[in-house]
Amino acid sequence: MSMNPFCEIAVEEALRVREAGLASEVVAVSVGPRQAADTLRTALAMGADRALHIQTDEEVQPLGIAKLLAAVAAKEQPGLVLLGKQAIDDDSSQTGQMLAALLGWPQATFASKLEVDAAAEKATVTREVDGGLETLRVALPAVVTADLRLNEPRYATLPNIMKAKKKPLAVTTPQELGVDPAPRLQTLCVEEPPKRKAGVVLGSAAELVQRLREEAKRS
Amino acid sequence: MALSSWRALRPARSALASAAGLGLRSLSTLVLAEHAGGALAPTTLHTLSAAAKLGGPVSLLVAGDATQGAAAAAARAAGVSTVLTAEDPCLAHGLAEPTAALLAAVGTKHAFTHVLAPSSTYGRNILPRAAALLDVQAVADVQEVKDGDTFVRPIYAGNALATVRVTGGGPRMLTVRTTAFAAAPASGGNAAVQVVGAEELAAAREAAGGSQWVGEDVRKSERPELGQARVVVSGGRALKSAENFDRFMEGLADRLGAAVGASRAAVDAGYAPNDLQVGQTGKVVAPDLYIAVGISGAIQHVAGMSASKVIVAINSDGDAPIYQIADYGLVGDLFALLPELEAELDKLGDIKK
Repeated sequence: MSMNPFCEIAVEEALRVREAGLASEVVAVSVGPRQAADTLRTALAMGADRALHIQTDEEVQPLGIAKLLAAVAAKEQPGLVLLGKQAIDDDSSQTGQMLAALLGWPQATFASKLEVDAAAEKATVTREVDGGLETLRVALPAVVTADLRLNEPRYATLPNIMKAKKKPLAVTTPQELGVDPAPRLQTLCVEEPPKRKAGVVLGSAAELVQRLREEAKRS
Repeated sequence: MALSSWRALRPARSALASAAGLGLRSLSTLVLAEHAGGALAPTTLHTLSAAAKLGGPVSLLVAGDATQGAAAAAARAAGVSTVLTAEDPCLAHGLAEPTAALLAAVGTKHAFTHVLAPSSTYGRNILPRAAALLDVQAVADVQEVKDGDTFVRPIYAGNALATVRVTGGGPRMLTVRTTAFAAAPASGGNAAVQVVGAEELAAAREAAGGSQWVGEDVRKSERPELGQARVVVSGGRALKSAENFDRFMEGLADRLGAAVGASRAAVDAGYAPNDLQVGQTGKVVAPDLYIAVGISGAIQHVAGMSASKVIVAINSDGDAPIYQIADYGLVGDLFALLPELEAELDKLGDIKK
């Protein structure tokens, strides 16, 4: 198990905001079984100040996670919540949008550039949209989800991994937060996608063009 | 302060849940239309085909600051029974906060049993927000409709297909993988056009203001749109430079009437702009013909193109993973093979003439 790549980018961006003097503290949060603590230690080793582990062995879907994070945000009152744009296991791309809805905060999804204007309590965010880029100005507090090109996450150095072991990591549960994150989607089955038939390596460009013409006639 | 806002929505949600609940009333589907410049986006027509699979009447919601052109196009689209329009300055540029509030309010008002949006950046930005307002777990990237509650979606970058059933109350809210459904005909329909109620519009206005549109940098291209093209030629790192990428990919695309795509490596190296990226984090395409040039075939790239009908790989490394999914392959030096291929395609052009 390792940290979702988009979450690494979100952690990195949070650290950069703090290093620019625009945030006082970075808190990393994860929901899941005991092993999720390892992922939080990675965030602490990258430079997060403290961590919160919402421990549960049950399956939690994006709406449930969003409710748990909303409860944390209500307590912690952050100025900015950063998430990855999607998790590469269930590929849902929903949690950030749902969290913003539950909090009634603005959202800036698929961010490739973030500029925080702390004095004006606003952030200017460039988003990767289908046709190119779009820039929004959102009032803080806001929810931002990180796209791949937001930054290049740093590696945790050995001394920082050692230091991370001493950083505070609090543990709570959905019950303590007063949230019922029960799943709403029941997975009936998981299958392998249909296999493609074996292909052939051709000898020349002429042969390729001939084969493609035959394919075109067939379809 | 924060939590109170969604808790306050709960009464509305439970009223909806009882109205829309499990087969007690007939199916009705709302589709959020993606549109630009007075025309429906092709993603909307693909989403309509997914809506048609559900059975029951389909309504199309056209929201924006100028909706007349798109609403007229929506009324002509096949399979649409009602077009709902919402026009207000706050809905310009499809900002998530007002548009999601509108979608949730319209869904509740008409007690739709299903609410769909394309799984484009537009739909994925708005629909999950609307779903949370209604306390509904949305289903992302649906590629098959089994029945009104049961859907198939790809997980793990398309390496597995999960069949999921939605449980509990509330409308079923889905984003639709547009490449998995054919486009509904843009003509042949004759839907009634109706303006949404003042109450629903008020919900949108109330939710607006937290974000402000500043500007956009949209690439203008004469080529077919990447997500819709019948032929896609994609270049990878092996093209070695932006100049080579332009020269060879454009050369092939011109001859085939194709859209140009790229691997993440080519985008990160600066050979191609971000919005050409095909893969798990970029666009998902499923053209009739996909030609991968100098692309090794990492799973994140394959996630975006493995549903293509015919895949051709051109690579110097005959062991590259791309050959495991390619129907036809050429192995050798790109810079020798591509001009040969261009010459062969030019000959073909002569034959056709």
